[in-house]
Amino acid sequence: MTSASIEAQVLQPYKYGFVTEVESELAPAGVNEDTIRLISAKKGEPEWMLDWRFKAFQQWTKMTEPRWANVKYGPIDYQAIHYYAAPKPKKTPGSLDEVDPKVLETFEKLGIPMSEQKRLAGVAVDAVFDSVSVATTFKEALAEAGVIFLPISEAIREHPDLVRRWLGSVVPHNDNFFAALNSAVFTDGSFAYIPKGVRCPLELSTYFRINAQSTGQFERTLIIAEEGASVSYLEGCSAPMRDENQLHAAVVELVALDNATIKYATIQNWYPGDDEGRGGIYNFVTKRGKCLGRGSKISWTQVETGSAITWKYPGCILQGDDSVGEFYSVAVTSRRQQADTGTKMIHIGKNTKSTIVSKGISAARGQNTYRGLVKIMKNADGARNYSQCDSMLIGDQCGAHTFPYIDVRNSTAIMEHEASTSKIGEDQIFYLRQRGLKAEDAVSMIVAGFCKEVFRELPMEFAVEAQNLLSISLEGSVG
Amino acid sequence: MLEIRNLHASVDAREILTGVDLRVDAGEIHAIMGPNGSGKSTLAQVLAGHPAYAVTEGSIVYEGRDLFDMDPEERAQAGLFLAFQYPVAIRGITNAYFLRAAVNAVRKSQGLPELDPLDFLDVLQEKLKAIGWDDSFLNSPVNDGFSGGEKKRNEILQLAVLQPKLAILDETDSGLDIDALRTVAEAVNKLRTPQNATIVVTHYQRLLNYIVPDFVHVLVDGRIARSGGKELALELEARGYEWIRPEAVLG
Repeated sequence: MTSASIEAQVLQPYKYGFVTEVESELAPAGVNEDTIRLISAKKGEPEWMLDWRFKAFQQWTKMTEPRWANVKYGPIDYQAIHYYAAPKPKKTPGSLDEVDPKVLETFEKLGIPMSEQKRLAGVAVDAVFDSVSVATTFKEALAEAGVIFLPISEAIREHPDLVRRWLGSVVPHNDNFFAALNSAVFTDGSFAYIPKGVRCPLELSTYFRINAQSTGQFERTLIIAEEGASVSYLEGCSAPMRDENQLHAAVVELVALDNATIKYATIQNWYPGDDEGRGGIYNFVTKRGKCLGRGSKISWTQVETGSAITWKYPGCILQGDDSVGEFYSVAVTSRRQQADTGTKMIHIGKNTKSTIVSKGISAARGQNTYRGLVKIMKNADGARNYSQCDSMLIGDQCGAHTFPYIDVRNSTAIMEHEASTSKIGEDQIFYLRQRGLKAEDAVSMIVAGFCKEVFRELPMEFAVEAQNLLSISLEGSVG
Repeated sequence: MLEIRNLHASVDAREILTGVDLRVDAGEIHAIMGPNGSGKSTLAQVLAGHPAYAVTEGSIVYEGRDLFDMDPEERAQAGLFLAFQYPVAIRGITNAYFLRAAVNAVRKSQGLPELDPLDFLDVLQEKLKAIGWDDSFLNSPVNDGFSGGEKKRNEILQLAVLQPKLAILDETDSGLDIDALRTVAEAVNKLRTPQNATIVVTHYQRLLNYIVPDFVHVLVDGRIARSGGKELALELEARGYEWIRPEAVLG
């Protein structure tokens, strides 16, 4: 088996590429004040929300799309995208009986059963289909603990004070081009509020599904953990196989107050495009957490296997003294996928700590870039950062790139950085085959071992899924 | 069990094996000795099916099957085991997990149900006891950070767990101190049955004091120049390899 044939195997069909035939309500293509007004009206939003959207839109029209990332793609026609698509409900969705059964079937097929009998134990799920949340499980059980877990569109109506106070407080409406666009046109997403001292009794999870053609998905997630609260949240996503590129521009904001902990995990499996680079999702996402309180902690874990292009830097603003930020990432680029992903750790408070563990895996003609910024501000006495960036190459037509930026303005900071690049070796694969494992199982095992430090950060329920997903993404990478 | 005829093999277009003939039957232990570069390890790698080696001539029949029709994993599943001279590390995967995956791959190929972690642990403890080792290796990542001797020992643990029909030990003695050598050899001896066979590839006679071969073959310039009983190994120890070489050249 030569390295060329190791690489030749990265050709596993995308398992989630089906389309659900459902009658959709579609906003006219293009972004303008009418579109925004329509979205806001569909969601029954108060005036302040619409104003905020308009403000973001005004800013967006003055901004230019960022092109500094190490990815290549053609121009995006923002006026050709439909910014709102929703399956037509029988009535208004609210209970499962009113949701189109085909939509529920879709989630079932994706392994996210929503019905009372089958739903995942220990995990409350918010299921978002195109531009609307279709169902949220365990709402009542959570409410008993005082936890609010709702589609953000509902939260805007039912908890306007909370939303108004925190929305845009971490990612302002004019933060960057894609965040501004999202602020103008976001349709749904999840809202979670964990009150003081409450340890959220269930894992919270949102599953995002893009279904309709020529649409974009612009979801917005906001999670607030009050003093001493803790929550673990997981998002998953997938989309049909299409020749067109679809845009997904999400914003996620996390706020942790004194001694609060938020663990946020993503298993991203958007359609990656075909072997020649046709189709696939453009995943241009802004995710940021603010450790506002003393001793607070925000931990990002991401397993990025899908999307044609990923542009994503989940970061932490470590404002509270003794706060902790973590970033654990596995990014896989196979086929012709391109990923430019990493994190930003901004140390503001004293004795703040951050840990970055990034594992990039490139196969076939994938290009994988780690881009990270660690910034230690002037008053952040005793700040510490540990960064570890490992790259693994499978075959010889892929690429791995690392851009670690470090900006230290306080001499008491302690910074550690480790990096490695390895090639999955013929000898490793042969060794495992000599013990009876098939070549692709050998690759899976080597890759799983490589990613172990990240997988162990995932909630138990999803660690296995992540590992399987990785095997699927890389199946065929050896021959 | 194994019948090698006129085997020629090359790596990077350089011919290393130049016509090896060898027959191994169940219950036998064969030692393959020879100077550096004589092709001993190449023979071991070719038997296991390493893709870097090209077989240019000859045949190998293993358990009635043409070995060249079998992928490396099929050979392993059919009970052919190579204890590597240089075992590679697999980061992040524990020995216990790896061993179970290997055992289950073999079981699956035989249509047997796979063992779950708990059942497997029982099997493992039994094997460890049989060869008199503790379980300190099990939760370490495969060969990661192991010393040379530990890696070799780990190969023997795998041998014990997989219980192959034909075990090929490629320079398992190199890098072992005398105590480790003895433990490894004892383990190999305990695993010996009338149904399985072992090929011991080694430079030195030393290992053969502990694993006593039924046959000794001397490989020189890519073919077997001389075969004999265990006393041949002692003669090699006393006289070196040079005296055999002219004979090989003469044919």
